[in-house]
Amino acid sequence: MSRSRTATHADAARPTDRLLSCLDTTGHLHTEPELPAGVAPLDLKQALLQMTLARRLDTEAVALQRQGELGLWPSLLGQEAAQVGAASALGVRDVVFPTYREHAVAGCRGIDPVDLLGLFRGTTMGGWDPAATGVQLYTLVIGAHTLHGVGYAMGVVRDGDVGHGDPERDRAVIVFLGDGALSEGETNEAFVWAAAMDLPVVFFCQNNQWAISAPFSTQSRVPAAQRAAGFGFPGVRVDGNDVIACHAVTAKAVARAHAGGGPTLIEAVTYRRNPHTTSDDDGRYRHAAENDHWTALDPISRLRSHLEGLGALDDEWLEELAAAERTLGARVRRGCRELPPPPPDQPFLHTLTAMTPELARQREAHLAFVAGADGIDGADRSEERS
Amino acid sequence: MTEQMSMVGALNAALRAELEADEKVVLSGLDIGELGGVFRVTDRLAKDFGTHRVITSPLGEAGIVGSAVGMALAGYRPVVEIQFDGFVFPAMNQLVTQLAKYRHRSDGRLSLPVVVRIPVGGGIGAVEHHSESPEAYFAHTPGLRVLCPSTPAEAYALLRAAIRSQDPVVFLEPKKSYWAKGEVDTAAGAADPVELDRARVVRPGRHLTIATYGALVPTALKAAAGLATDGTDGPGGPGGPGGGIEAEVIDLRTLAPLDHVTVVESVRRTGRLVVAHEASQSGGIGAELAARVQADAFYDLEAPVQRVTGHDTPYPPSRLEHDWLPNLDRLLDACDVALAF
Repeated sequence: MSRSRTATHADAARPTDRLLSCLDTTGHLHTEPELPAGVAPLDLKQALLQMTLARRLDTEAVALQRQGELGLWPSLLGQEAAQVGAASALGVRDVVFPTYREHAVAGCRGIDPVDLLGLFRGTTMGGWDPAATGVQLYTLVIGAHTLHGVGYAMGVVRDGDVGHGDPERDRAVIVFLGDGALSEGETNEAFVWAAAMDLPVVFFCQNNQWAISAPFSTQSRVPAAQRAAGFGFPGVRVDGNDVIACHAVTAKAVARAHAGGGPTLIEAVTYRRNPHTTSDDDGRYRHAAENDHWTALDPISRLRSHLEGLGALDDEWLEELAAAERTLGARVRRGCRELPPPPPDQPFLHTLTAMTPELARQREAHLAFVAGADGIDGADRSEERS
Repeated sequence: MTEQMSMVGALNAALRAELEADEKVVLSGLDIGELGGVFRVTDRLAKDFGTHRVITSPLGEAGIVGSAVGMALAGYRPVVEIQFDGFVFPAMNQLVTQLAKYRHRSDGRLSLPVVVRIPVGGGIGAVEHHSESPEAYFAHTPGLRVLCPSTPAEAYALLRAAIRSQDPVVFLEPKKSYWAKGEVDTAAGAADPVELDRARVVRPGRHLTIATYGALVPTALKAAAGLATDGTDGPGGPGGPGGGIEAEVIDLRTLAPLDHVTVVESVRRTGRLVVAHEASQSGGIGAELAARVQADAFYDLEAPVQRVTGHDTPYPPSRLEHDWLPNLDRLLDACDVALAF
């Protein structure tokens, strides 16, 4: 069985290989010299809430796919800490460029969970307003959006929105990517651009060990964080199942970007516990034992243990959490089925700014066809023609 | 003010005018700063507008186009340069899967006003990958506008309109026409955006339509002049091969969306169509026009649509390009075939 090289002893000897962490697997908080406590305070109960709700959304979405309500779902199970830790470190003016698995990030940014489903149900190619949410649309082409984040950051620099020390004014871009994206040429171009132009970009790589069936060792012979040095900016490895550490390293990188210090690559070492998507069969390429190993490192139970140890979770709060979960679940199940189907001419309306005469003709013909086809099934039509 | 300038000069003037008119216009590409681009289209613009607006980018075509997508999302109007036609392919992913699709994906909420300038076409004795005609790839992708000017005046007006368009535009600049001079009215300002959907009848005629674009427009005009004057003793007399033929020449100039209506209207009057382009034949702009004309003007056609194109081969070594490319003789031969029906 292939295992990530990130876990080998040889790699651990290198300075950038050290995995920064604050919260151990039993929920005990320990000192991390590079991430001093208090530098990047995190509302731990809010983080637990966000992670729990993201997992509930994920569970519901997988079930909806199994029921035929969604065509596909890319699960985030196991990556909640990386996403909530990173997203909670962002200012309201910072802009997110996601892949297609950043459901917890979207939740932290206030995107309606039902809106996340449209792309996978087939009612939209987008689903939300990037300008209103600060979250760009999901990108299914691996790595393509890394360059969009770079270009956006070029705009931020041209707007003069870095280096003021004013959180109301300074802006940064955070680009989420997976370990598979490290192999894409476009990601490497994005690293070159960001470095050469000192752009305010945080590249947040969730190294979840698998790009569908290809292990991390197929993408890289060195830890992802080490790549950054070759481009000339800092790389940092963090325990991706430790929400406190993920939050702290992201806050540090965002602060650096805000100050005009340039890009950072964060490698959050985590694990995708479900198959790549609901269409994937991960039993063909990895053993259940590996999943068991990472399940023991579960990010939610780790934080929950910590808060329980502090006596911070009283019954009342836990009941509120459970109620919030139930409400979300019901809302997602109902909302998914109620997502409005797009009008048949939706693509025609938004291909170009103005509809050309030819496109108008095609639209009219298509609408007439759709109207005429209504109520006649395929078999009837083929009989008519035979 | 009307003045004589080359197409390179006209493009430079258009970029200068738009940089002056809108501070959100930003140029980016290889070598476009101090050097002024390998064809000098951006000559002196970095000096006059600053390197923060005229950016010499790192070397990477996907990066040039991909970062333009991001800049547009941030509210800018990037005009980026691909150095040569054959080098655009590393950026095809950004053009096809990202730039072209964003408006649709966002249900019309987002516009990407990006112009991707690409020097195209052959006939200048260049080495490999410096003479390609990739227009059909772009024209086949819904969501992109594809423009190709044929004269300095057209280059000036179309580029200004392209920069002002809210749609992404692939702007193809025929290298062979870069140094040909013509009158440009720089006082005319930006063209009406509707021009981005319109072909242009550059010479009226009633016996035959020649539809083409870019560097072949002057060739088509020469063919039309030849058909009009070269002997009047042809077998067909006026309206037949070899003399007194009034050929209508249409400069398509907008390859996507393609203004087939202007061509169909012309063919309804002339009954004959010859399409010419440097790009290889199969699946090309000529194929699209032929299909449109037979669908919309079937009973008006007196002859099958003729295509004069590059061949379905890789672009040849430049010592062979003279005969490989559509030239005056091949165009006249095709006209004769159409007229002989």
